[in-house]
Amino acid sequence: MPEPAVKTRSADAPHPSGDDRFKLIDATMRRHRHQPDSLIEVLHTAQDVFGSLSPDLLHYIAHGLKLPTSRVYGVATFYHFFTFEPKGDHSCVVCLGTACYVKGGEAIREAVDKFVKGETRCGRVSVETARCIGACGLAPVALVDGQVRGNLTTEIVVDLLKAWVPDGP
Amino acid sequence: MDLDDLIEIGEQEILSRKAYRFRVCAAAGCLSAGGADVRRAIEEAVKASGRAGEVEVSSVGCLRACGEGPLVQIDPSGDLYERVTAAQAPSLVGAIDGRPCEARVGDPSRPFFSRQQSIVLENCGLVEPERIESAIAAGAYQSLFKCLHELTPARVVDEVVASGLRGRGGAGYPTGVKWGMVAKMPKAPKYVVCNADEGDPGAFMDRSVLESDPHRVLEGMAIAGYAVGAQQGYIFVRGEYPLAIRRLDVGIRQAKRLGLLGSQIFESSFDFKIDIRIGAGAFVCGEETALIRSIEGRRGVPRTRPPYPAEMGLWDQPTLINNVETFANVPAILREGADWFAAIGTEHSKGTKVFALAGNVRNTGLVEVPMGTPLREIVETIGGGAPDGRRIKAVQTGGPSGGCIPASLLDTPVDYESLVRLGSIMGSGGMIVMDETTDMVNVAKFFMGFCMDESCGKCVPCRAGTVQLHRLLERINARQADAADLSKLEELCEMVKHASLCGLGQSAPNPVLSTLRYFRQEYEARLEGTTPPGEPTGLDEAAQEATV
Repeated sequence: MPEPAVKTRSADAPHPSGDDRFKLIDATMRRHRHQPDSLIEVLHTAQDVFGSLSPDLLHYIAHGLKLPTSRVYGVATFYHFFTFEPKGDHSCVVCLGTACYVKGGEAIREAVDKFVKGETRCGRVSVETARCIGACGLAPVALVDGQVRGNLTTEIVVDLLKAWVPDGP
Repeated sequence: MDLDDLIEIGEQEILSRKAYRFRVCAAAGCLSAGGADVRRAIEEAVKASGRAGEVEVSSVGCLRACGEGPLVQIDPSGDLYERVTAAQAPSLVGAIDGRPCEARVGDPSRPFFSRQQSIVLENCGLVEPERIESAIAAGAYQSLFKCLHELTPARVVDEVVASGLRGRGGAGYPTGVKWGMVAKMPKAPKYVVCNADEGDPGAFMDRSVLESDPHRVLEGMAIAGYAVGAQQGYIFVRGEYPLAIRRLDVGIRQAKRLGLLGSQIFESSFDFKIDIRIGAGAFVCGEETALIRSIEGRRGVPRTRPPYPAEMGLWDQPTLINNVETFANVPAILREGADWFAAIGTEHSKGTKVFALAGNVRNTGLVEVPMGTPLREIVETIGGGAPDGRRIKAVQTGGPSGGCIPASLLDTPVDYESLVRLGSIMGSGGMIVMDETTDMVNVAKFFMGFCMDESCGKCVPCRAGTVQLHRLLERINARQADAADLSKLEELCEMVKHASLCGLGQSAPNPVLSTLRYFRQEYEARLEGTTPPGEPTGLDEAAQEATV
């Protein structure tokens, strides 16, 4: 097992930016005793609190775990879960697993895409797709603001979106 | 903590149960259909009826008929209610006295339930996943005690070998042999890893097991740790399964508190710790060497084998990697004996297999059947066939690594060898039913798109091959392909299959090859009206672009 890295900064010292959210990242690093193998756990925490990962954040984590920034960047870009784009106010994750695909998930995705076209740029709605969220019994499904909605039709999903984008097409 | 203490906890739990018990399904499927509200409403209705003294409400794991959720079952009558809404709660409370109920009544004796045989899921839907006492009352950790105090590690390995259990992750490697290999390694420390990175789209068996009966998996891992001489275990869970992660976390903490995990388990000299590692959304991490890299905090890129993880795994130490369902079988094998387990199933595939039945089928949900059960029984008798009077066209097993089995071959028994002969694999247990409205070329393209996105990029056959296969399938789909393209597709499939580094690439062509084998006419029908042979296709330049 790798040796624990030496802490480089007092744990109680606030981040120079004064942003308290860094404390949560520090706490995760401390819990894993700053070991380099906790990188993915730390990235999970960072994305949880900041919403997305920024170059600054990656530098900060690299420093905390005593890893080269290239390694942190390499890991963060490898996994689909980590994102560098800030999220919109609302999110709609359409499942495109096999069961959903067989039951018309593609049509749901097209309906969502058509409806919110352009909205993503305004930061209002982020549309994503997932490779199976494991609710296959309810296919087709989507995660609408984190809530699983099952047995969808294009009408139902468009109605859900209308609540967010009242001036949509 | 010794066996008497354990039994006492279980007895206390059973004594404290009230006369009537509502079991509300709290697995992800039912929760997403509104199960949490239903539970709250039933609790309030019980309180309002003034019968809180004799009626209790508990959140249990998966009740299996996921497509009909939220599900509620009432003890001791065993009555099952489907698609329950919060508004029906008061009438459900009335139902314990035999009064008519507004909620839709399910039939627990219909084939969907009666044709199943449970080993892995024996306590699923009965125990409360977030209360260890409930699991102990159902017998959890007794097999671990038996191992620690009555059996030597070598005996435990022998027992698992004799049971004939094979890896449930898909490849079907004999579990006991793998355990024996790790046990014989002279190096220490050793590690036990549970692969809960259930990446196949359409598979949700492992998630259901973890969400419904986490202690069963933890106990299986601890037994494995004792057998191979490891003191540290890791469970690698998909980040997409937050509920399973939470329940495992709660389970590990509760087990530690009771001395069932941690130092000197059951007052023996055996120490075993389990930590959770959360995946970050890479399908390739289901491959064991990639999974190891991911636990080490690196990019999940596979490496060549040998050396196998049994010899050089996590931090280059001997590592035992098994799937969730494999570990979940272990406590039952140790409790009932290897002969009991070996009597179930077929000659080469022993025990039962859990399938996640979904797609165009009436009864979707979790199904556990003995190995050797014909596919037809699973999809038609248990699954109820395709809805709306349509006919089943094919059954897809094994996710993106598997293949499509046509309706004409549905009488094939489900075991590892039979499915491989048909060009598919057992896989982890996702089973998607497709009816006559499903377009097979599209299905092949869908899976190829999946593998293309998920290819880690390390080896060229997979990285570039999947891209080219996907393009060819797109061309065929768009009726722009000719017969030469079709043979190119087949050639390329063979190349990717034989030249790729890991299981992802080696099995990526399976969906194409199996649909070509059984539904070739659908491909050929699209070759009409195509460009004449010999015209440049532009694919060669594209191939170069893609590999750069």
